[in-house]
Amino acid sequence: MEPKAMLMDETQMTRALSRIAHEIIEKNKGLESVALVGIRRRGIPLAQRLAARLKEFEGVEIPVGTLDITLYRDDLTELSSVPQVHRSEVNFKLPGTTIILVDDVLYTGRTVRAALDALLDIGRPATIQLAILIDRGHRELPIRADYVGKNVPTSRREVVEVHVTEIDGEDSVALYDLP
Amino acid sequence: MPGLKRKDILGLREMSTEEIDLILDTADTLKDIVTRPIKKLPTLRGKGFVTLFYENSTRTSKSFELAGKYLSADVTSIALATSSVQKGETLLDTARNLEIMGPDAIVMRHPVGGACNFLAKNVRCSVINAGDGMHEHPTQGLLDMLTIRQKKGRLKGLKVAIIGDIFHSRVARSNIFGLTKYGADVWVAGPSTLLPPGFEELGIHVTNRVEEALEGADVVNVLRLQLERQEKALFPSVAEYHKFWGVGPDRLKLAKADALLMHPGPMNRGVEISTYVADGDQSVILEQVTNGVAVRMAILYLLLGGGDAA
Amino acid sequence: MSMLITGGRLLDPAQGLDRYADILVDGGKIVAIGEGLKGDQVVDAHGKVVAPGFIDIHVHLRVPGQEYKEDMRTGTAAAVRGGFVGVVCMPNTNPVIDNVPLVAHVRQLAAEQGLCKVWPTGAITKGSKGEQLAEIGEMKDAGIVAITDDGRPVENAETMRQAMIYAKQFGLAIMDHCEDKQLAGGGAMHYGKVSALLGLKGMPSASEELHVARDILLSLETGAHVHIQHVSSKRSIELIRWGRSLGANVTVEATPHHFTLTDQAVMEMDYATTTKMNPPLRAEEDRLAILDALRDGLIDVIATDHAPHHLDEKNVEYQYASFGITGLETAVGLAISRLVKAGVVTLERLIELMSTRPAQLVGVPVPTLVEGAEADITILDLDKTWTVRAEEMASKSKNSPFIGWELTGAPYATVVSGKLRMLEMNVL
Repeated sequence: MEPKAMLMDETQMTRALSRIAHEIIEKNKGLESVALVGIRRRGIPLAQRLAARLKEFEGVEIPVGTLDITLYRDDLTELSSVPQVHRSEVNFKLPGTTIILVDDVLYTGRTVRAALDALLDIGRPATIQLAILIDRGHRELPIRADYVGKNVPTSRREVVEVHVTEIDGEDSVALYDLP
Repeated sequence: MPGLKRKDILGLREMSTEEIDLILDTADTLKDIVTRPIKKLPTLRGKGFVTLFYENSTRTSKSFELAGKYLSADVTSIALATSSVQKGETLLDTARNLEIMGPDAIVMRHPVGGACNFLAKNVRCSVINAGDGMHEHPTQGLLDMLTIRQKKGRLKGLKVAIIGDIFHSRVARSNIFGLTKYGADVWVAGPSTLLPPGFEELGIHVTNRVEEALEGADVVNVLRLQLERQEKALFPSVAEYHKFWGVGPDRLKLAKADALLMHPGPMNRGVEISTYVADGDQSVILEQVTNGVAVRMAILYLLLGGGDAA
Repeated sequence: MSMLITGGRLLDPAQGLDRYADILVDGGKIVAIGEGLKGDQVVDAHGKVVAPGFIDIHVHLRVPGQEYKEDMRTGTAAAVRGGFVGVVCMPNTNPVIDNVPLVAHVRQLAAEQGLCKVWPTGAITKGSKGEQLAEIGEMKDAGIVAITDDGRPVENAETMRQAMIYAKQFGLAIMDHCEDKQLAGGGAMHYGKVSALLGLKGMPSASEELHVARDILLSLETGAHVHIQHVSSKRSIELIRWGRSLGANVTVEATPHHFTLTDQAVMEMDYATTTKMNPPLRAEEDRLAILDALRDGLIDVIATDHAPHHLDEKNVEYQYASFGITGLETAVGLAISRLVKAGVVTLERLIELMSTRPAQLVGVPVPTLVEGAEADITILDLDKTWTVRAEEMASKSKNSPFIGWELTGAPYATVVSGKLRMLEMNVL
């Protein structure tokens, strides 16, 4: 199916991530006690890329964790079969840390809400921030991102699809109509 | 695609490797919860199940209870002594009275083979077999397979020796049905009076010489000997049993040096298993217990986690 | 009012009769056999086989004391629906039929409510406890046709031997349910591969064979007539063959479920308790041995061991369910489908198995298609295909594993003492 519009190409994605990395350094006045946690699925490669940028810019290697939020979703009973569960890997201490959650699209906010609960059941970070590639509006919960790649107003009848090379073989963000 | 396409877990014999893989993979992931500080997930909040035990068992019923609680499910436990079964209520009446009060599943242990199959046909909620007579104990089979898979990385081609009263053992049956599906080389050994007929046709080796089964084994699973069987002319004494079929350090040396030593518990130390191997380096008995909670969490999640799609 | 059975193929092997003709029935008797006869009530038997009446010598009518499972009316209704003109009923009721008043009671009820002939049996021992002999002579005078402790085998060999000697005086056969309770050991199905897989306690074949051997040896010694009920194992059959070769006065019956099903049914039907009976369904080699023995004449009769049980007694866990299934209404369908159509026995042999030999065995008048004989007639439709349905069954109990089965061959009409009791599987 043909996309309605291309919201980002490879170059635009790279630039957005670089900018977000700089913003992270600026807002946190350096990278001391900062760690990234990517929300499964595509938040993970995005978090890894951000970590690479941060190392490039500051020369510091910061920890990267992964979070599977399946068990914390609030919509499981609406599914006919339960989704597959994957491991969460947060192998560093949380107290005193600034955790930056990373995901590809921020929409209703429910995924981030689940991620907050999942993270807080693992430990108690000092601060949690949120980095998002695309914010498409239509929040159903009071959740906001600290770092945004691009704001894209959308309608509920549209779908935003992020592709990353690590999973999809290419870097792009496209807009589709719901079938 | 994922999700178990069944209402109940009654036994491993009729399950496919896809279904078993799904349960084991999910259990592997959930295992972390049991060892982390906050042992709680909100996943089954608002869901509930009842454990209905017609036979005594602290460990299995507690394991299910904990599994449910870790997932925030509501759990009620009914043990024979306090239930109205004593007054002669039929299984179906008991179950229907429970079902109408709302639980999403009944976890049952019962002394008659096929009792969970019978129950499953007569209630709409899920039925999980916690051991039915001599028939199957699927969650035990699964946790045993998970333990082996974690330690050895695979099941195919491993020589697995199951030692003890195979005839009466639902643990043996579930293990046999499960392991043979994955191409393990299963050997069972025990006194001839405690070996079931016709099991060679399942593609396993059956022997009354425990040394043959232990020779070169990758896994040694020792079953509990029920001492009441002594009354029924099935074996003469625990001393004789231990001498010919007990697993101690000398016998264990016949297996591979890195062989796993397993036991479903509770153990009769000095009878079927020597203290030295039970507490030795090769023993994974305690891991089995942790995996038991994980497997039961996985099953509860897979059966109860979604909507009412039936 | 007279009844005309017209256009059927009359088949009575005992007298070498096989012809197309009409039968005229009046006053309870066959008054004429010929062509172009006329009668008041007409039964159209074109395309059907008109045979001497079938008799089932192993039926539990549950009277007295267990009428919640079956009673005289529903039991005999099931019999005529199944094509039977008479049944021999078992004494393991509540109380056990071990004295004259109880025999008289059953005969009285049969006369008042029975739709077919009913011949009672009496217990071998008082209360079937296996200790003291019941009043066999008195019961014989009161009308029993055989003695049996069916359901509870006589444990003590000496008691059995004495019972045989005693019964022989009165010309009565002893029908034995062969089972060694210790070997059977509380089992719920046949001991073998299937019971091992399903995790159920099994009853080894030896528990039956031990008593078959015992009964044969005692029969050889005493000369008494022993009738082996519901044979289920290959080795039992071999033992009987051996016993006969030595001249033992031993007869044997087989049930339709034993020549149709095996222990696999317990697995295939997922622990359905309609697969639970005693003796149990055994292995395929046992079933095949029964078929061979039906074919070569070793087995004397087909008898159903019709054992109705209330839903409450069957709708429980397998180990706790009562033993037994109904059989009157499916026997002919199974016999025609699985024996005649399958080429195991001829139709003539089937009539021998279900009419002639049963009557001879218990010493009642052998049904026969002859002018002047009592009109006890079974009409068969060999080609009718039908599905066994619980709601159509006349028996009070529906514990049959054959519900839902499609069978070829059915009883078409049953005439008892000249009265038409069933037509097209509707009880009249």
